[in-house]
Amino acid sequence: MIKTKSLGLTLTALLLATSAALAQSTEIRIGVALEPPALDPTAGAAEAIDVVVYQNVFEGLTRVDQNGAVQPGLAESWTVSDDGLTYTFKLHDGVTFHDGTSFDAEDVKFTFERILAEDSVNAQKALYAPIASVNVIDPLTVEFTLSRPDGMFLFNLGRGDAVIVAPESAENNANEPIGTGPFHFVQWDRGSRVVLEQNGAYWGEKPALTKATYRFIGDTATLTNALLAGDVDGTNNFAPEALAVFEGNPQFKVLVGSTEGETILGTNNAKEPFSDLRVRQAMAHALNRQEIIDGATYGYGVAIGTHFAPQHPYYLDLTETYPYDPEAAKALLAEAGYPDGFSATMKLPPVAYARLSGQIIASQFAEVGIKVELINTEWAQWLEDVLTNKDFDLTVISHVEPFDVGIYADPNYYFGYNNADLQALNEQLNATTDDGKRKELAQQIQTIISEDAVNGYLFELAQTGVWNAKLEGMWQNSPIEGVVLRDIRWVD
Amino acid sequence: MILYFLRRFLGFAATLFIAAVVIFVLLDLLPGDPARFILGINASADAVASLRAQMGLDAPAHERFFSWVGGMLQGDFGVSHTQRRDVAGLIAERLSVTLPLTVVAMVLSVAIGLPLGILAARRRGKATDTGLMVLAQVGIAVPNFWFGMLLSLLFAVTLRWLPTGGFTPWNEDFWAAARGMVLPGLALALPQASILARVMRTALVDVTGQDFIRTARAKGMTTGEAVWRHGVRNALLPVLTILGLQFAFLVAGTIIVENVFYLPGLGRLIYTAISERDLILVRSATIVLVLVVSLVSLIVDLTYALVDPRLRRGDA
Repeated sequence: MIKTKSLGLTLTALLLATSAALAQSTEIRIGVALEPPALDPTAGAAEAIDVVVYQNVFEGLTRVDQNGAVQPGLAESWTVSDDGLTYTFKLHDGVTFHDGTSFDAEDVKFTFERILAEDSVNAQKALYAPIASVNVIDPLTVEFTLSRPDGMFLFNLGRGDAVIVAPESAENNANEPIGTGPFHFVQWDRGSRVVLEQNGAYWGEKPALTKATYRFIGDTATLTNALLAGDVDGTNNFAPEALAVFEGNPQFKVLVGSTEGETILGTNNAKEPFSDLRVRQAMAHALNRQEIIDGATYGYGVAIGTHFAPQHPYYLDLTETYPYDPEAAKALLAEAGYPDGFSATMKLPPVAYARLSGQIIASQFAEVGIKVELINTEWAQWLEDVLTNKDFDLTVISHVEPFDVGIYADPNYYFGYNNADLQALNEQLNATTDDGKRKELAQQIQTIISEDAVNGYLFELAQTGVWNAKLEGMWQNSPIEGVVLRDIRWVD
Repeated sequence: MILYFLRRFLGFAATLFIAAVVIFVLLDLLPGDPARFILGINASADAVASLRAQMGLDAPAHERFFSWVGGMLQGDFGVSHTQRRDVAGLIAERLSVTLPLTVVAMVLSVAIGLPLGILAARRRGKATDTGLMVLAQVGIAVPNFWFGMLLSLLFAVTLRWLPTGGFTPWNEDFWAAARGMVLPGLALALPQASILARVMRTALVDVTGQDFIRTARAKGMTTGEAVWRHGVRNALLPVLTILGLQFAFLVAGTIIVENVFYLPGLGRLIYTAISERDLILVRSATIVLVLVVSLVSLIVDLTYALVDPRLRRGDA
């Protein structure tokens, strides 16, 4: 009798265990540090927006895959005219938005006219400026006419900023995003979580997951506890200082990959003494990159010598342009008229890599006579002081946009770097579609900004994900902002 | 009596108005532009300018002040800049976490603090008293976020009895929501309970030495009866004052514990709104806090007057 009872208990326990495993097998709970302020990726730059919605809720005409290559999205195919000015997209048939309205060429036209409108609040409006007109040929064919060739056009169409929205729902996307993606928005408990569920009517291949919950946990220690306790199944980017907890733990896998985040010592080139090339070269010689990478990223960053992602096929290794050499730095400073060095301020935004890098750079600069006063700022203040008012000497910041070397061609950008040759090269690069030529031009640009030491080039940020060991299909690298759910699945 | 109430009420209204002016001016002086914050470092200047115009940030300061105050008087708290949602709704949502959490923490701190304080006072000078007061000292000294982390490590990570944090809305699963309140409630209650225990002990010790206790003893009560029936009631007055202050502290000051347990409370809402320069949300949420705290102190004042007739004579 007792035996039977215990057998019964065991069976019940087994059943419970199985049903728990089954219940878990198609749902995922992801812990993310930052909560998005809103959920419309076409009206805000916050990475947190793309983490939730990019390729999950919203889709563009093209999409960027985990290697950074452009793949067909809502457009199943396209043709480009010989002069590179006309793109004709064939759209997928039978696609509907999550609210049931159908997707067609009119939605594409609406989306891009909204981006380009006078009162547009799209953060990347400038990227789409080459678009001269969008014409609906028939409900499934749309033609873009460009005012000049644009080598990045297809990539830019795949960004979160250019996802296709419907005129019926666009106004409410900030709070209730309606897209065409494999997951539809269910609810957002502010301060707590966003819930997505599989879109039963999805036009493409159905994802393995049926439900995804994003939980917002800002504190690293708390996120660690939540992972250890199994309250969340993973996180796309975990603070490197605490990764050791999970390395070697068989219940977790740590995915270390690349991002598009070039971390630089931002320098005000328009201001004395930084307007002097020798001063900038001296600063470049005074930087000990490895020490900064070890101290600020716990060794996970990858050294860069220019403003370009090391994993990109166009990347040129320029880390030895100005090798670490304090004596050379002192000599250059003396030559520039600062034999005893000078004083400068460094404004640091509230992110760990910047604050830590700032302290290390300050001590490295002290060795060559440059006295740096560190000023910690909030984000909003940093944006106002550095970006808007250009009231700064030095700063440390990561530029996370993919292929963003074009910012060096804008003399009004906060670097204050004005080089007509480089501006011409950049224009040429933008207008070139041939891959070999583009590479050559991109490398020339990389070399010029490296030799001009426009900014101090420190490291590429790493992406350090921590996931349950039974999960597969997460992106190791982050060629574009987002946590793409389509390939994630539970395996045994 | 009516004069007393009227005076208190005018004070309440004046507090609110002054607070509104101070909040508005201070936030307006803060550097940082919400439009730039939303659009990030690669956005063009004209996109930022259009967003500023859409949010009504380009109007002169006095116009924005009066439209804000005017709106609030009609119950319209405005629309959040970054979240694009009705501010009143956002605040109400957060209060559904913060208020119950505050109440749980208050109840726990009273349930733990008062009995221990009374016990210590009754055993004055003995080992129990010393031991309890040392514990209370530790309870005040331990930062509550650290205590929260310890609780979470023990009850959530090791024992897995309770969640590490997070919040399930009340209407979705009441018990899950209640379970989520336990650990943060305890973490918040610890220092408060310690303070209450010390205040209760001191107040009771003071009262015990007074004439009316001796009179009660002379009427034939035991010390225990006299302290219980006359002492505790009189000693509760300072304790009530402390409780009123604690309530205000808990409503506004739970932000660190909310972070540790990733609860969507009011403290975190305001903190995020400040860092995002969501000025309209910060202003309105702060005014709501001022309102709640002033209301509580108004109620405490009025209750005093009812309890203690001496306060009602015009001199108060």
